[in-house]
Amino acid sequence: MEELVNLFHGFAVALQPFNIMVMLVGIVLGVVIGVLPGLGGANGVAILLPLTFSMPPTSAIIMLSCIYWGALFGGAITSILFNIPGEPWSVATTFDGYPMAQQGKAGEALTAAFTSSFVGALFAVIMITLVAPLVANFALQFGPAEKFAVYFLAFCSFVGLSKEPPFKTIAAMMMGFALAAVGLDSITGQLRLTFGFTELLNGFDFLIAVIGLFGIGEILLTMEEGLNFRGGNAKINLRVVLQTWKTLPTYWMTSLRSCVIGCWMGITPAGATPASFMSYGITKRVAKNGHNFGNGEIEGVIAPETAAHAAGTAALLPMLSLGVPGSPTAAVLLGGLLIWGLQPGPMLFVEQKEFVWGLIASMYLGNLVGLVVVLTCVPIFAAILRVPFSIIAPLILVLCAIGAYSVHSSTFDVMLMLIFGVLGYLLKKCNYPLAPLVLAIVLGDKAEEAFRQSLLGSQGSLGVFFSNGLVSTIMVFGLIALFWSAVQQGYTRLRAAVA
Amino acid sequence: MTRSVLLVALASVSALCASGVAASATWEPLRPVEFIVPAGTGGGADQMARTIQGIITKHNLMKQPMVVINKSGGAGGEGFIDVKSSSGNPHKIIITLSNLFTTPLATGIPFSWKDLTPVAMLALDEFVLWVNADKPYNTVKDYVDVVKKSPAGTIKMGGTGSKQEDQIITVAVEKATGTKFTYIPYKGGGEVAVQLVGNHIDSSVNNPIEAVAQWRGGKLRPLCVFDGKPMAYDEPVADGKAWKDIPSCKSQGLDMEYLMLRGIFMSPKATKEQVDYYIDLFKKVRETSEWRDFMKSGAFNTTFMTGADYAKWVEVEEKRHQVLMKEAGFLNTGN
Repeated sequence: MEELVNLFHGFAVALQPFNIMVMLVGIVLGVVIGVLPGLGGANGVAILLPLTFSMPPTSAIIMLSCIYWGALFGGAITSILFNIPGEPWSVATTFDGYPMAQQGKAGEALTAAFTSSFVGALFAVIMITLVAPLVANFALQFGPAEKFAVYFLAFCSFVGLSKEPPFKTIAAMMMGFALAAVGLDSITGQLRLTFGFTELLNGFDFLIAVIGLFGIGEILLTMEEGLNFRGGNAKINLRVVLQTWKTLPTYWMTSLRSCVIGCWMGITPAGATPASFMSYGITKRVAKNGHNFGNGEIEGVIAPETAAHAAGTAALLPMLSLGVPGSPTAAVLLGGLLIWGLQPGPMLFVEQKEFVWGLIASMYLGNLVGLVVVLTCVPIFAAILRVPFSIIAPLILVLCAIGAYSVHSSTFDVMLMLIFGVLGYLLKKCNYPLAPLVLAIVLGDKAEEAFRQSLLGSQGSLGVFFSNGLVSTIMVFGLIALFWSAVQQGYTRLRAAVA
Repeated sequence: MTRSVLLVALASVSALCASGVAASATWEPLRPVEFIVPAGTGGGADQMARTIQGIITKHNLMKQPMVVINKSGGAGGEGFIDVKSSSGNPHKIIITLSNLFTTPLATGIPFSWKDLTPVAMLALDEFVLWVNADKPYNTVKDYVDVVKKSPAGTIKMGGTGSKQEDQIITVAVEKATGTKFTYIPYKGGGEVAVQLVGNHIDSSVNNPIEAVAQWRGGKLRPLCVFDGKPMAYDEPVADGKAWKDIPSCKSQGLDMEYLMLRGIFMSPKATKEQVDYYIDLFKKVRETSEWRDFMKSGAFNTTFMTGADYAKWVEVEEKRHQVLMKEAGFLNTGN
């Protein structure tokens, strides 16, 4: 009960007029940051960090975390409207969100995305409120082997997701792994595959690849199809929001499952990206309309968005209680805490009650404010699609170029983005799925690092991946996910051959 | 100013309050100053850079805004190359850590600190030998005995990065004690500390700021500091113990000293007025209470050096790294 008393005290702090104003400003800035691809939450928070130094720490963290929420909301907008994910965890949202927008259901997709984001975040905050100290210790059980097992599960649950032949999926994934290997090998400290180009020291940034593969690739495809940007009949009134809300409760099971996946992945240091992919993959397999995923199913938007937000919110818990950021944005927030003289870690909850509970209360309020702000803008966003393609395409191109440039302030990245655009176009023409490629770029180097750290620790024995209950369970789930789809497809083929 | 226009534009918004206050030096920045961090966001160098940015903004120490930019590619090589290739641009400074020496030596990236203009040493970062508080080792000797008794390579030392400061210290500890660790590299110091709390590794050489929270939470125990003398901070931190109460490793029979440079360099071919401007700026930063608090929270060694002293210190340290890395077999062999 002490938690509840603390929480109400926190609400009192968060509801001060100045803090509410700060909240609104933060959300709006965050949405803008989220809409610009490349200028993700981490960059945005880092840039605006100095702005908060003159504020009291609680107001400052409220503002920064609201920028974070805003960016999370905003990331879905470009994913759905233009097939350009602004953040890694928005990639899975494009799979069904973009087809929905093309069918003139952009308003529905946006409403579903925003509402699910809110639900996911709310679920995670409630969890943080109730079981914070208990859950934090769970993260401690995650060594390199456990981390690898989580990535393994993410990859495996994804292989069966594709409608393409599994070998095309695996080929695309391998290409992603190869791209992820470029740059500094963090285990040996040697440079790999850079061929002496200093531009490649950092490897291929995920955002550049995604902006190119999805954004530019999509524009090339649309051009080929005759400059016909579908989705012009998007409804642009607020009633869409209410109509969509009416249908959402029927998907409560998907929401709940995604919330749980998201919270779990957020607390383990895996983060929001595997959460969104895994949630999408699992929902595709168990949902009634799973076979139609990828053609504009609303559940295909709900699942990844809910999980990503639950994970993004839950990731703040290990940051506060252990000092380990679960996402790049959390890492920047961590830097902010230190500047205000707050030491994240086990003692923060004891010594800085007002701050911690003010922050938690602001998570409730910030998300609510965020939901209202973005929902009222749904008609405006949907209206963007009514602009003729010949006008919107150059704008998207400019937006993509700015996004690619702002990741590292480098014109080389803009060139790279264009190359990825052509690559994305070619792969699509040959029916290679892009999603596994992107997943491998995002998680490939992390998975490799965890794999090699595990083997270093076990002196080369693969047994480390089955050395305790936790890691074995995750690995077995992964293997089941992997072979389930293979067996299913083999069975179908066999039956077809017999018939 | 063609680079990072967008970042600068946004930062200018956040730095609107930065105005007024004439600098005493004759040269002053005419454009926003880029502050390069050759490491990722959230790490030690990044925290320091962002603290400095915050102090400068809050106290209006500079008319132009300061923009922190992370260029962490290739163990920081990306950042160093960027500054090296901005010859004659006085609006670009860089904060360094030990990768100033280790990155060119380990990877063969064409870069040396001599390509840059030294400005000032801001502080030195300490390294402490940490173990999990649940383990029965209370002194360096307890721990070394256990490592000696265990089969070679079964005791795991975690650290930040590969062939960088943490691994150099690990190899030096192995040499000094005749033991063998398995070194496991992680991306960041905070992660290492948590892996140690979770017992996935047996010890670490985290900087104080990376592990202090876990120490205060009763999860980690410091055994010794890799400095010639104990740290200067006598305020109790955890269990009534202060940083000062951690003995030096040398006094515990572990003869190894290592301090990491937290210093500032700027682009090649900077004039004396330009260097003096930044020296003066950082002197003002050092006088603020925020800076003192930051130094205390990370138990930094607050040695400050400029000019020839600084250049000389860096030169000696570079030679030392060459020797240490050669002994450890970390030098790039040209593939």
